[in-house]
Parts: sequence; C-alpha cells; structure tokens
Amino acid sequence: MATQQTATAGRLLVAPSVILLFLWMIVPLVMTIYFSSLHFILTDPDSRSFIGLQNYIDFLSDPDFLGALRNTLILVGSVLVISVVGGIFVALLMDQQIYGQSIVRLMVIAPFFVMPTVSALIWKNMLMNPVSGLFAWIAQSVGLTPIDWFTNAPMLSVILIVSWQWLPFASLILLTALQSLDEEQKEAAALDGVGAIPFFFYIVLPHIARAMTVVILIETIFLLSVFAEIYVTTNGGPSTTNIPFLVYELAQHSYDVGGASAGGIVAVVLANIVAYFLVRIVGKNLES
Amino acid sequence: MALKQTVGKRVGMTALAWVVGFLIFFPILWTFLTSFKSELEAFSLPPKFLFFHWTTENYAEVQSRSDYLAFAWNSILLSVGANLVGLIVGVPAAWSMAFAPTKRTKDLLLWMLSTKMMPGVGVFAAVYYIFQYLGLLDNRIGIGFLLFMANLPILIWMLYTYFKEIPVDILEAARMDGASLLNEIIYVLTPMAVPGIASTLLLCIILSWNEAFWTLNLTTSNAAPLTAFIASYSAPEGLFWAKLSAASTLAIAPILVLGWFCQKQLVRGLTFGAVK
Repeated sequence: MATQQTATAGRLLVAPSVILLFLWMIVPLVMTIYFSSLHFILTDPDSRSFIGLQNYIDFLSDPDFLGALRNTLILVGSVLVISVVGGIFVALLMDQQIYGQSIVRLMVIAPFFVMPTVSALIWKNMLMNPVSGLFAWIAQSVGLTPIDWFTNAPMLSVILIVSWQWLPFASLILLTALQSLDEEQKEAAALDGVGAIPFFFYIVLPHIARAMTVVILIETIFLLSVFAEIYVTTNGGPSTTNIPFLVYELAQHSYDVGGASAGGIVAVVLANIVAYFLVRIVGKNLES
Repeated sequence: MALKQTVGKRVGMTALAWVVGFLIFFPILWTFLTSFKSELEAFSLPPKFLFFHWTTENYAEVQSRSDYLAFAWNSILLSVGANLVGLIVGVPAAWSMAFAPTKRTKDLLLWMLSTKMMPGVGVFAAVYYIFQYLGLLDNRIGIGFLLFMANLPILIWMLYTYFKEIPVDILEAARMDGASLLNEIIYVLTPMAVPGIASTLLLCIILSWNEAFWTLNLTTSNAAPLTAFIASYSAPEGLFWAKLSAASTLAIAPILVLGWFCQKQLVRGLTFGAVK
C-alpha cells in the first residue's frame, strides 16, 4: 500500500506529464475547432470572418472529400488484409522449428525500421520503374509486359509499399502471440490426430484472435494518417489522395486554414472511432 | 517438450522461411548493393547483383552535394534530445503510477494512450499557425518539442509496463529498513529499472527518427532531419539510383541496427502491453 508520503509525491510526479499532454491535446484541438468555424485564408487575412458550419458543409460535400474518403478506406482496408493475412502466414512459418530462426526474424522485421520516405522512393524508382526497374526486368524475363506501376495503378503501388512496411509489424506481433500457445495443447492435438487445418482454425486462430485485433486497431490508427508515402511518390492526384493529404493540400496549397481545420476535425473523429475500441481492449488487459 | 518434426519437414520449412525472409528483406539489400555501383551499372539490365565494380564514390558525392551530415546531425539531436527530455518527464510519472497507484491511475493511463490516437493532420493547421506565430517553423526546439509530445504517451506506457514487473516487496523491505524516498529511488529502484528505461529510449528514438509528417511539413533546412533529406531526392535526383541508394543506406542503417537490438521491446512498446 502506498504511504501518505508516496501518494503525495506520486501526484507531484505525474503532474508534469498530465499537464503537458492535456495542453498538447486541448490547445491545438480548441484552436482547430475555432478555425474550422472561420472563413480564414492565410493569403487574405482581412477576409477572416465567422461562418459557422460552412467549412464542414463545403468539406463534406466536396467531391474531393468523397474521393479521399474512398481512397483512405481502400488503402487502410487493403493494407490490413495483406499485412494480417501475410503476417499470419509469416508468423506460422517462423514458429516452425527452422534452422537460423533468429536470422530470418531479423530479415522479416527490417522493413519496419525503414523510414517512410526511403521505402517509398526505393520502391518507386528502383523496383517499380517501368523501364529499368527490377520488377520490369523480372516481368520481361518471363515474357510478360512490364506494368507502369505509378501511371496505371498508382493506388495499388502505394498499397504495396505501405503493406511492405507493415507486414513485419503484424508478423512480429502474431509470432509473439503464437509462441505463447501451450506446447501441451499442441501435443494433445497431435496425439488425437488433429489435422493441420482444423488445428489452425480451432486452436491457433482463437488463440491469436486478440493479438490480431490489436494489430488491426494499431495499424488502422497509423494507416489512417499515411502521408509521406503519397507525398514522395504520386504527390496526390485523384486516385491516391487520402484524407491526410487532402487536408495538407488545403492548408499548404490553398492556404485555406478554415477548410483544412474542418477536414482535420473530420480526420480526428474518424481516428477516434477506432481509438475507442483499442483503448477498451487495452483497458481490459490492464485489469487482468 | 517440443514436438519432434521429421528432418525432411524441418529442412523444407527452413528453406521456405528463408526464401520468404529474403524476399521481405530484398529491397533493403538491393538498396545497399546499388549504393556501391556506378550510376551506369545501377541502371544496367539485366541487373548486376554482386559482380560489378564496387565503388564508394556515391557516399562521398551524397555528402558533398546535399550535406548529409547536417541532416544526420539534426536527426540525432531531435530523436535523442526529444526522448531524453521525454524520460525526464516520463520516468517520474511512470514510476509513481506503477508504485503508488491510485484509483484513477488506470483511467489516467488510458487517457494518455488516447492522446496518441489524435492524427497529426487533424490539428495540422492549428499547429502550423502556432509555430508560425511563435517563429518555430524550421526550428530544432519546435520540432523537437513536437516529437517529444508525440512520443510521451508511448514512452510512459512502456516504462509503466517495465516498472510493473519490478517486485514491490523489495521496495517494501527498503522502506522497512528506513530508506528515504530518495534513497529508495537511487539504490533500489534505479538498478532494476535501467534495462527497461534503456529499451524504452531505444524504441522511442526509432519512432522519432522515422517520423515523417511533422518533420516534412514543419522543417525546410535548418532543422530538417533525414526524412526531409531523403524526400529531397524524390526529384530529379531520384533518377540517380546509386546516389539515392547511398543516401537511403545512410539514412536507415543506424536505425536498422538499433531496431534489430530492440525488436523484442517493439512488441511490448507498440501494443501498449496488450501483447507480450
């Protein structure tokens, strides 16, 4: 039990973090909400005036918003499917009794540590270049026509790059979950002659279900704000502009602080829907 | 006891796992190899994998043309500085929540976590405006402060999960023996807490090093770290693959090595203790 002395000290010690985080959360948020109610173009400061919800109406009814929302959902959904399904496969593979497991592990986890601008540029130029990229060479070697990735399938290209960055994360976390599967359970299943496929669906999958949920939620939060990969490859355009990029364009190109703030609040609301579920899961874990 | 596998199956699985691992790792390896080629050989088809004229001229060129070291210095200053400050603020908070929890500790932790969920772009216009007003654009202190705040929730969470594992009985014993709060911290807690603090610091440095929303948008030259340095290679230098590769290798190598050291902590840190 905490003594009176430590309890008082405790409050003092927590205070700086709480105050800083509170300010960090509330000041920009309140300002953003305030800006979102203004007609506020940076290049035309005199025209600053209160317009209520007009920015939200403009933002939500803008066809660019619907496009950006669609792109955001496609990007998040596709990367989730690829990284989680791929991650289960990689994790199952690494969980086998293989030689040199630690080296395989190092290779698998590596892309996660590559900064987004680097991975995007390497993929775009050296792998996906339609003339002298490695993929084009492979396609030609087997008699196929090389794909002009960023011209014909820009969204697919971005999805591949982002998936490559997140596959390691999913693999590593699912592997951690797999490794906590009881060895006796495996032995019992083997003794009872349970096949590999029922074993996977009835024992492995339920066991890693919670880790999968955590992976999906955390990835969703990061994927909702993918920015650098689009910034250095396509620099926007109708088929890859997602909500973060649209807000960035409003602020940096149109100098529309009001519109960008309204868009920002929409992004915050979207992220918080996901965050709500993640926080609940983590909270349950704290109690146990 | 682990289940016995036949040698044949084990060899087959090993081969498959190595192929998959190699394919995932390949883009990084390819970048590394290309960084030692001449521009001409970087483009050559069929691609040259190992048998080319190895040269280090790209590295010299990257430094002389775009001053790699200045950006690298910013990356180091920002990621290490922001998180050292993070430790100064975060260690006491995590310590008190782990060892002197109150009824509100759990809610406090979850609330801290929820602040991490706010997408940067959501408050981009406001932060940009504040930075402009305070003259903090392209300023190391300004961007460092953002990186510090962005990591603080993860930092406190990681520390908390580590501190939680320190047996409380030892602290009780120290208190019984009349150790003051200060002595308790210095002689009992610190030696047991240092490994967890070190892992936390490493992971947070990695996250700051790779942060690419605020750094791309709020820095231009003075305070720009390696994320911005690489972005400047998107055009037209992106056409010079060997130099792009050398620049990329320089930008990711230090953090890749650090990352490999703390991959175990990564799971704990990024899942907020929900997966161990």
